[in-house]
Amino acid sequence: MSTNNNLLEVKDLKVSFRTYAGEVQAVRGVTFNLKKGEVLAIVGESGCGKSVTAQTLMRLIPTPPSYIKSGSVIFDGKKDITKLSNREMEKIRGSEMGMIFQDPMTSLNPTMKIGEQITEGLIKHQSLSKKAATERAIEILKLVGINSPEGRIHQYPHELSGGMRQRVMIAIALACSPKLLIADEPTTALDVTIQAQIIDLMKKISVETDSSIILITHDLGVVADMAQRVVVMYAGKIVEQGTVDEIFYNPEHPYTWGLLRSVPRLDTKADEELIPIPGTPPDLFAPPKGCAFAARCPYAMSICLEEDPEHTTLSDTHSSACWLLHPDAPKVERPVAAGGVHNG
Amino acid sequence: MAKQQPILKISNMKKHFNLGSGKILKAVDNFSIEINRGETFGLVGESGCGKSTAGRTIINLYDVTSGEVIFNGENVHQMKGKKLKEFNRNMQMVFQDPYASLNPRMTVGNIIAEGIDIHGLYSGAKRKEKVLELLRAVGLNDEHANRFPHEFSGGQRQRIGIARALAIEPQFIIADEPISALDVSVQAQVVNLFKRLQKERGLTYLFIAHDLAMVKHISDRIGVMYLGNLVEVTTSEDLYAKPLHPYTQSLLSAIPIPDPEVERTRERIILQGDVPSPLNPPSGCPFRTRCPQAMPQCAESMPPSKEVEPGHFVACHLY
Repeated sequence: MSTNNNLLEVKDLKVSFRTYAGEVQAVRGVTFNLKKGEVLAIVGESGCGKSVTAQTLMRLIPTPPSYIKSGSVIFDGKKDITKLSNREMEKIRGSEMGMIFQDPMTSLNPTMKIGEQITEGLIKHQSLSKKAATERAIEILKLVGINSPEGRIHQYPHELSGGMRQRVMIAIALACSPKLLIADEPTTALDVTIQAQIIDLMKKISVETDSSIILITHDLGVVADMAQRVVVMYAGKIVEQGTVDEIFYNPEHPYTWGLLRSVPRLDTKADEELIPIPGTPPDLFAPPKGCAFAARCPYAMSICLEEDPEHTTLSDTHSSACWLLHPDAPKVERPVAAGGVHNG
Repeated sequence: MAKQQPILKISNMKKHFNLGSGKILKAVDNFSIEINRGETFGLVGESGCGKSTAGRTIINLYDVTSGEVIFNGENVHQMKGKKLKEFNRNMQMVFQDPYASLNPRMTVGNIIAEGIDIHGLYSGAKRKEKVLELLRAVGLNDEHANRFPHEFSGGQRQRIGIARALAIEPQFIIADEPISALDVSVQAQVVNLFKRLQKERGLTYLFIAHDLAMVKHISDRIGVMYLGNLVEVTTSEDLYAKPLHPYTQSLLSAIPIPDPEVERTRERIILQGDVPSPLNPPSGCPFRTRCPQAMPQCAESMPPSKEVEPGHFVACHLY
């Protein structure tokens, strides 16, 4: 695989927070690549480090309390994001990377008209005149499906509905045609019929603008709908990654099995009992010595409590960190079939 | 099947809020259902459709504007004194936010026993015994009784909320979005707990949620609400197999299914526009502004709820 096809190369990234109570190891060594034009989903429960990972890519978490312990993030084949100064980051943020946040109610500036919020970045990064920037803003608002944008640019966020605000946020993120779009739970705060509109819009944008998208979500349905590749995170580490088909039809990590089995599907019988993952994720103040999932894993062996498993490569795109994949491990029958339909 | 006496019968319930200066918010406008003993009735709809208001009106947290709610043969909103206290014992609620619905200054034991104390059911050793039994029933330990809510995770707090609701042995539980604040893997734990408790104690549930997949999983029958109106009521299999109301159809098609193959081939109905404001609802059918099959008569009158097939009610001019 040639490197210049990768927009983003994250290597062994570790991010911690210093607090009075001690060090919280939010991200504990994450390695993945993002190809140009690709939609990559990062899934996991709250507190697994998916949002910290994404915000670190844009260096949005202030230092202190957070600091990057080790690792590198190579963006567009040249720059290492972790080494840039704040001033250099400011040039990249908004122009080459855009971010869509979860909560459209609180992440827009309530005192600025939405037109100004879109043109702000255009004037700063692309040195457009105010007039040219406004024209571009209208164009983008049309692209994200807002009717009569000429009037809308003079409105304030409180005059818009949740779905409209999310569209405005996408418009802001898209304004300077970034190469990378990070969407942190972009549809979680929205109703399903509005979610369907926004997903449709984001799919269209990734095709039309050829930008790469990192999609952070806990909704496996949204993942199946939008992503080409999936990274599954647990307790600050990647436990499995692969293409959507590999993750949904051929998952190899017990945590991925657990995730797929714990959600009900609309198109299956209701009589099946949901199979929850017992217990709760570990405390990241003092992560366990071995595999972080061992305490909740029904297949845990003695080695799992002692040593953290390495990633086993299953195909060019698929890898999983689990001792069950070791040649000496007992054979375990996978308890899930396609997309979480239960076996037997 | 002989028709059993419903535990709850709601006819034409309306709940309007007067906002002053002549503005009236019709949060619940057309709402009639019957819920049978031992069943789970799911109520779904998007935010602002009035599903929570409906739940709160049924349990008498809100007064009703018109219509009646009959529980065990008695009108809920006309109860007084002893009758009312008995009703409060028989119907309990589990709230959405496990962080806000538990008093942070009370121990878990006292939170659970509050209802027992109010109704004077048990005291002393018996009360303690009951609290411990409830803690075990919802999957917590005896030692948890002396702790405070902040020491628990979201899923555990929701278990405490459920134990509190169960403490006074109600017949009917209204669960208002009980799992939407929880993580996916924990949601399944709580849903299984709801199902187990129902089997063990013969409870009847009104399960309010916006997650249609989860509601379908737990419910026997489902009601779909849109802008204060109940637009379709049927069994959960029927609702998925043959949704009749155009809103139900688009709601079902909007939910992504965690299966990439299905997602690639599925045709999706994407609704245009947003939900209209309930302060200024469209004339006639409230869904007509977004409905792909709207006809002229939809603007003229609200379609009445019709029993299209046995047990399958839909309010739409198409039928």
